[in-house]
Amino acid sequence: MDDLIAARSQMALSMAFHIIFACIGMVMPFFMATSHYKYLKTNDYHQKALTKAWSRGVAIFFVTGAVSGTMLSFELGLLWPEFMLHAGPIFGMPFSLEGTAFFIEAIALGFYLYGWDRFNKWFHWFTGVVVGLSGLASGILVVSANGWMNSPTGFDYVDGKYINIDPIAALFNDAWFTQALHMSLAAFAATGFAVAGIHALMLINGKNKVFHWKAFRIAIVYGGIAALLQPISGDISAKDIAVRQPAKLAAMEAHFETSKSAPLLIGGIPDVEKKEVNYGIKIPGALSFLAHGDFEKEVIGLDQFPEDEQPPVMITHFAFQIMVGLGMIMMVLSILYFFSTWKKKYWQEKRWFLWLFVLATPIGFMAVEAGWTVTELGRQPWIIYGFMKTKDALTPIPGIQISFMIFTAVYVSLSVIVSFLLYRQIKSLPNMEGEQPAENQSSTQH
Amino acid sequence: MLYVVIVFLCLAILMYLLLGGADFGAGIVELITPRAVREKVRTITYSTIGPIWEANHMWLIIAIVILFVGFPPIYTMLSVHLHIPLVLMLLGIIGRGTAFIFRHYDAVKDDMQRVYNLIFTYSSFITPFFLGVIAGAMVSGQIDPNAPDFYSAYIGSWLHLFSISVGIFTVAICGFLAAVFLIGEVEDEAIKALFIPRAKVLTFLTFISGGFVFLAAEIDGLSLTKEKFTDWVSLSFLILATICLFVLWKYLRTGHKTICRLLAGFQITLILGSFGYHYFPNFIIVKSGENLSLFNSGAMGLPIETLGWALLLGSLLILPSLFYLIYSFQRRPAEL
Ligand code: HDD
Ligand code: HEM
Ligand code: HEM
Repeated sequence: MDDLIAARSQMALSMAFHIIFACIGMVMPFFMATSHYKYLKTNDYHQKALTKAWSRGVAIFFVTGAVSGTMLSFELGLLWPEFMLHAGPIFGMPFSLEGTAFFIEAIALGFYLYGWDRFNKWFHWFTGVVVGLSGLASGILVVSANGWMNSPTGFDYVDGKYINIDPIAALFNDAWFTQALHMSLAAFAATGFAVAGIHALMLINGKNKVFHWKAFRIAIVYGGIAALLQPISGDISAKDIAVRQPAKLAAMEAHFETSKSAPLLIGGIPDVEKKEVNYGIKIPGALSFLAHGDFEKEVIGLDQFPEDEQPPVMITHFAFQIMVGLGMIMMVLSILYFFSTWKKKYWQEKRWFLWLFVLATPIGFMAVEAGWTVTELGRQPWIIYGFMKTKDALTPIPGIQISFMIFTAVYVSLSVIVSFLLYRQIKSLPNMEGEQPAENQSSTQH
Repeated sequence: MLYVVIVFLCLAILMYLLLGGADFGAGIVELITPRAVREKVRTITYSTIGPIWEANHMWLIIAIVILFVGFPPIYTMLSVHLHIPLVLMLLGIIGRGTAFIFRHYDAVKDDMQRVYNLIFTYSSFITPFFLGVIAGAMVSGQIDPNAPDFYSAYIGSWLHLFSISVGIFTVAICGFLAAVFLIGEVEDEAIKALFIPRAKVLTFLTFISGGFVFLAAEIDGLSLTKEKFTDWVSLSFLILATICLFVLWKYLRTGHKTICRLLAGFQITLILGSFGYHYFPNFIIVKSGENLSLFNSGAMGLPIETLGWALLLGSLLILPSLFYLIYSFQRRPAEL
C-alpha cells in the first residue's frame, strides 16, 4: 500500500465513520423533540421515558461524532496540506459558519441533557429543537464544502495561483443545493430506519410493547417520508451531475462510450479492460432520459476523458447500484407502512411485518456510505475537480500506512464500544408495562 | 478585519487553555487523589464540567478553523512538520472525550468502568502534554521546511528539551486550574482538606515547571531567557503572574471560590499573554528565519473579511448563550 492509497483510505475511513454519527446527531434530536412534545402535551409517561432513553443514546453518539469530527478538521491538513493551503480560504466559509452551528449545538445540548426539571419546560424542549436545527445546519454547511470540491467556483486560477477569491460564491457553488437536499433526506431516512428497526426487534421480543410502538411510529414516520422523497432528490442530483461532472455519471453507469439514446444499466459487471459490461440489464434510452430528460439526447461517456482523468469505474458503479437498490427497498417499505396504517392496521401485529423492518435496520446507513463512495470516488483523480489532483495534495511525510493502521484500530474499537453501550442501554430499559407510575419513577437510572 | 480575526484566534486559544485545560486537569487531579475518594471526585467532576464539557472543546475547533481559513500557510506548516505530535494529541482527545461520556452513560456499572477510568486519566495527561509540545515546537525554531532527512523534518522539529518542558508546564497548568476549580465545588470538609494540599502541590509544580522551561531554553540554546529579561512588558506579565500565584496560595485556605478561580484564570492569562506578547506577531519560528507571522501568512481580501464577519456574528449568538449555560450550572450544578 503506498502513501497515497493509505491516505485516501484513512480519509475514507474517517469520513465513513463520522457520517454515521453526524446523521444521528442531525436527526435524533428531532425524534427526541417529537416524543418530548407528545409528553408535554399528553403527560404520557412512556413518551417521557422514550425521550430520556433516546437522549442518553444521543449523548453517546454526540461525543463520538464530536471527537471524530475534531479529528477530521486536523486530518484535512495532516493528509492533504497542499489542498488546504489553497482551498482553505476559498471553501472556508462553510466551515467558519459551521463552527457557530456546532457551538450552538453543543451549548443547546448542555441545556437539554442536564436541564430536566430545571428550566421552564417549553424552554427546555426548545433547546432540544435547537440541537436538531443547528446539527442540520452544520451538516448542510459541510456538504456545501464538499460540493465546492465537486464544482469549484469563487476564484480565478491564474498561473497556478488561486486569486480573486470570493468565499460566498464558493459557498453557493453549483452542487451545494442538490447535495445538501439529498444528504439531509438521507440522514432522516437512514436514522429513521435504523431506529425503527431496533424498536421493531424489541417488539418482536415482546417486552414493553406500548413503549416500543410509540418509538417505532415516530422513527418510521420521519424515515418513511424521507425515503419517499429520496429517489426524487436523487434524480435531481443525477441530472445535475450530467452537466457538472459527466465523468462521474459515466463511471456510475459504466458508460464507456459516448452515445445518443444511452441505455440505463441495471446491475452488471463492468469489464474495464474491454470497456464493456457483462450480465447487466439495459433499458434503452433511459439514461439519456435520466440525465437530460430526453430519450434521444447524447450522454458523454468515459471515452471523452483522457485515461488519467477517469474515475475508477468498478467501485463507483457498484456503489451506485447499491445506493439505488437500497433506496428502492426503503421506498417500498415506507409505502407498506403508510398503507398498513391507512387500511390494514392488523398487519402491524404480524411478525413478518416487524421482521421486514428489523432486516432493514442497517440499509439506510449502507446507502449513505454507498452514496458517498459514489460522490468521492466519482470525483477522482481530482481533489478539486478540474484544478488539483489528489496525488498532488498528498502530505510529504512518509509512513501514512502506520497512521492508517492506528486510526483503523481506533475506529474499530470505538465502534465496538458504542454498539456495546447501546446494547446495554436497551437491555436495561425497565419494565414499563401496566399502570402509569407516579411522577419521577419513570426516569430510569441516569 | 485581520485584527478582528487575530483577536478571535487569541481568544479561542486562551479559552481552550482555560476551560479545556480545567477539563483536562480534572483527569490529572483524579490521578493524584487517593483511591478512596476518587469516586467522589468523579461525581463532582461530572456534575460541574458535564454540561459545559462539549462547549469547552469547541474552542479548539474554532482555533483550527481560523487557522486554515485565515492563515493556511501556518496550518499546513503545522500539519506537515508536527504531524506526529498532532496525531498523538488527537488520540488523546478521542480517548478522553469518549471515555468521559462512556463511563457515565454505560447502563451497567461493572469492570468496564476501570477501563474507562484508565483511558480517561491517562489521556487527560497525554493531550495537554502534546498540546504543550506543539506550542513549544512552534516557537523553538527547529521547524525546517528544507530538512534533508526524515528525522530532522518530522521528529527533530518537536523532540527536544524545550518543547518537552513546555509540555510538562502545560500539564501542570491544567492540573492546577482543575484543582482550583474543583475545590470550589467540594462541600465535604474532609475532602476539601485532602484537596487543598494537592492544589498547593500543583501550584508549586506549575511554578517549578515554568522555571524549567527557561532552563530548557538555555540548554537548547534558545535566546528566550535573555530576550525575556530585556522585554519589560512581557517580563512584568510574568512577574505579576508569579505574584498572583502567591496570593492564590493564601486564598486557597479560606477557599473563596470565585476569587480563587478568577486569580487562577488571570494568572494563566498573564502567562499566555506574556509569551504571546513576546512572540507576536510571529506564529511559527522557522529554522531558516523565514518565520510565519500572523501578518505575512494571512489570507487577504474577501476570505479574511468574511471570516471576520462570520466570527463576529457567530459570537453574538454564542457568547450570551454560553454565559447563560455556565451561569445556570454554576448556580446549581447538574444533579445526577
Ligand atoms: C439513505 C441514503 C440514500 C438513498 C436511499 C439514495 N441516496 Fe443518493 N446519495 C446518498 C444517499 C442516498 C448520500 C450519501 O447522501 C449522497 C452522497 C453525497 C450526497 O450529497 O449524497 C448520495 C449521492 C448521490 C448522487 C451523487 C451526487 C453528487 O455526487 O453530487 C446521485 C446521482 C444519487 N445519490 C442518486 C440517487 C438516486 C437516483 C437514488 C434513488 C433511489 C438515491 N440516490 C438513493
Ligand atoms: C461524510 C461523508 C463522506 C464520506 C463517507 C466520504 C468518503 C470519502 C472517500 C471514500 C474518500 C476516498 C476517495 C478516494 O480517494 O478514492 C474521500 C476522500 C476525501 N474526502 Fe470525503 N467523504 C465524505 C464527505 C466529505 C466532506 C464533507 C469533505 C470536505 C469538506 C470531504 C473531503 C474529502 C477529501 C479532502 C478527501 C481526500 C481527497 C480525495 O480522495 O479526493 N469528504 N472521502
Ligand atoms: C457530509 C459530511 C458531514 C456531515 C453531514 C457532518 C455533520 C456533522 C454533525 C451533524 C455533527 C454534530 C455531531 C453530532 O451531533 O454527533 C458533526 C460534528 C463535527 N464535524 Fe462533521 N460532518 C461532516 C463532515 C465533516 C468534515 C469533513 C469535517 C472537518 C473538516 C467535520 C468536522 C466536524 C467537527 C469538528 C465536529 C464536532 C463538532 C462538535 O463538537 O459538536 N465534519 N458533523
